[in-house]
Amino acid sequence: MALSQADVLAGIKEIVEEVAGIPAASIELDKNFTDDLEVDSLSMVEVVVACEERFGVKIPDEKVTELATVGDAVNFIVNAAA
Amino acid sequence: MSQRRVVVTGLGATTPLGGDVESTWKALLAGQSGVRLLTEDWRELLPVHFAARVATEPADQMERVEMRRLDRSEQFALIASREAWKDAGSPDDIEKERLGVVIASGIGGVITLLDQFVNLNEKGARGVSPHTVPMLMPNGPAANVGLELQAKAGVHTPVSACASGAEAIGYAYEMIKNNRADIIVTGGVEAAVHQLPMAGFAAMKALSTRNDAPAKASRPYDIDRDGFVLGEGGGVLVLEEYESAKARGAKIYCEIGGQGLTSDGYHIAAPDPEGSGVQRAIKFALSNSGLSTKDIVHLNAHATSTPAGDVAEANALRKALGADADHVAVSATKSMTGHLLGGAGAIESVFIVKALQERLAPPTINIENLDPAVTVDVVRDTPRQLPAGDIAALNDSFGFGGHNVVLAFKSL
Repeated sequence: MALSQADVLAGIKEIVEEVAGIPAASIELDKNFTDDLEVDSLSMVEVVVACEERFGVKIPDEKVTELATVGDAVNFIVNAAA
Repeated sequence: MSQRRVVVTGLGATTPLGGDVESTWKALLAGQSGVRLLTEDWRELLPVHFAARVATEPADQMERVEMRRLDRSEQFALIASREAWKDAGSPDDIEKERLGVVIASGIGGVITLLDQFVNLNEKGARGVSPHTVPMLMPNGPAANVGLELQAKAGVHTPVSACASGAEAIGYAYEMIKNNRADIIVTGGVEAAVHQLPMAGFAAMKALSTRNDAPAKASRPYDIDRDGFVLGEGGGVLVLEEYESAKARGAKIYCEIGGQGLTSDGYHIAAPDPEGSGVQRAIKFALSNSGLSTKDIVHLNAHATSTPAGDVAEANALRKALGADADHVAVSATKSMTGHLLGGAGAIESVFIVKALQERLAPPTINIENLDPAVTVDVVRDTPRQLPAGDIAALNDSFGFGGHNVVLAFKSL
């Protein structure tokens, strides 16, 4: 199923807000999960698992370290679901 | 170097009687019971349908995002510690290398452990939270409080079942006494109101099954007592070296004079009917504090409402205190709070500090017929005035495994 970038971004905003308590309004494509949003390594695992469930994609552990920004995650998920 | 003395400068609690010290203490003096019927369906699995849950849910006292990374026991620890730290005047400019945390739990994050096992079975390994281990580890409550306060003198978690909370306070006392730290946040917490631990205690026949009258179920020293009532929550004290507390102008409640620690070497769960370990612990606590039996005016008993335990303790008190037991007002506050396991010795220490401050021994409720085997002076139904002048009080705590901890508190 094809997902739009906007849909995935909206979903990630909800997930990060739920998991890490970061207001959705401050979550943008260029934000770095660690440096800008202060999502720690444990919470990042939760974000990944929640994204997998929500978008029906598989995000391998070795890919997770490459997802530095919200935009990286959105692109990965859009491509994986395509 | 002169002897370092240890004083109490802050109190915090979340208990079945209230979400803080003030509301808890007020309900305690009023003789209210915190025991209620459980509302969960799983109670039907058990012979026991009630427990003493906290009066104020953590959700009303902390942020949702913070809560989801914390086991319920860790939530209790942070809530009580924040209150205690604030009560101590929030001494945030203390040198962090002289600040420690000693907070105990009897069982640790057992609810997390069991919930995540359900997740594993239902969703597979990916369904298990990455926060599982930091949430279930018994040192989690201490570690989270230590992290929040940036404590660097040491963060510790003694474990001795239902004596854990008192043992933590004793450990904190030693840390200050031995010059490892100047200020310690210490206490105990427990969050084990869940079908599995309750089924385990019920299988031991340790829990009251008075399902038709839950508020009357915890009845230490009553002839018809039939077991303890599981409670949850926690208590925290801020302990401080006397001179540095004075130097910063802290409000000082009282002094911890010393402690007595022994073990029974008798049985994994049953109390030694002779209570010799308890007697020795009382004697050590007195001698370590420079106190005699004449100085003791109040004792918060372990008294959980089990048939064997209450009498064994009362006999030991009578033997250890002798004729001086006649002027010791004995309170069994578990009659109101239920038994908080690793939190018990901590909330009961908070109660002793309040009792010394207000010169009031809290009551013991639900004694309809005093067991004639109990030969100590039990404070029944209403609070009792304690004498003016220099007074001292003891806190008894015992745990499965034969652990005996007695803490001595002195007015100052």
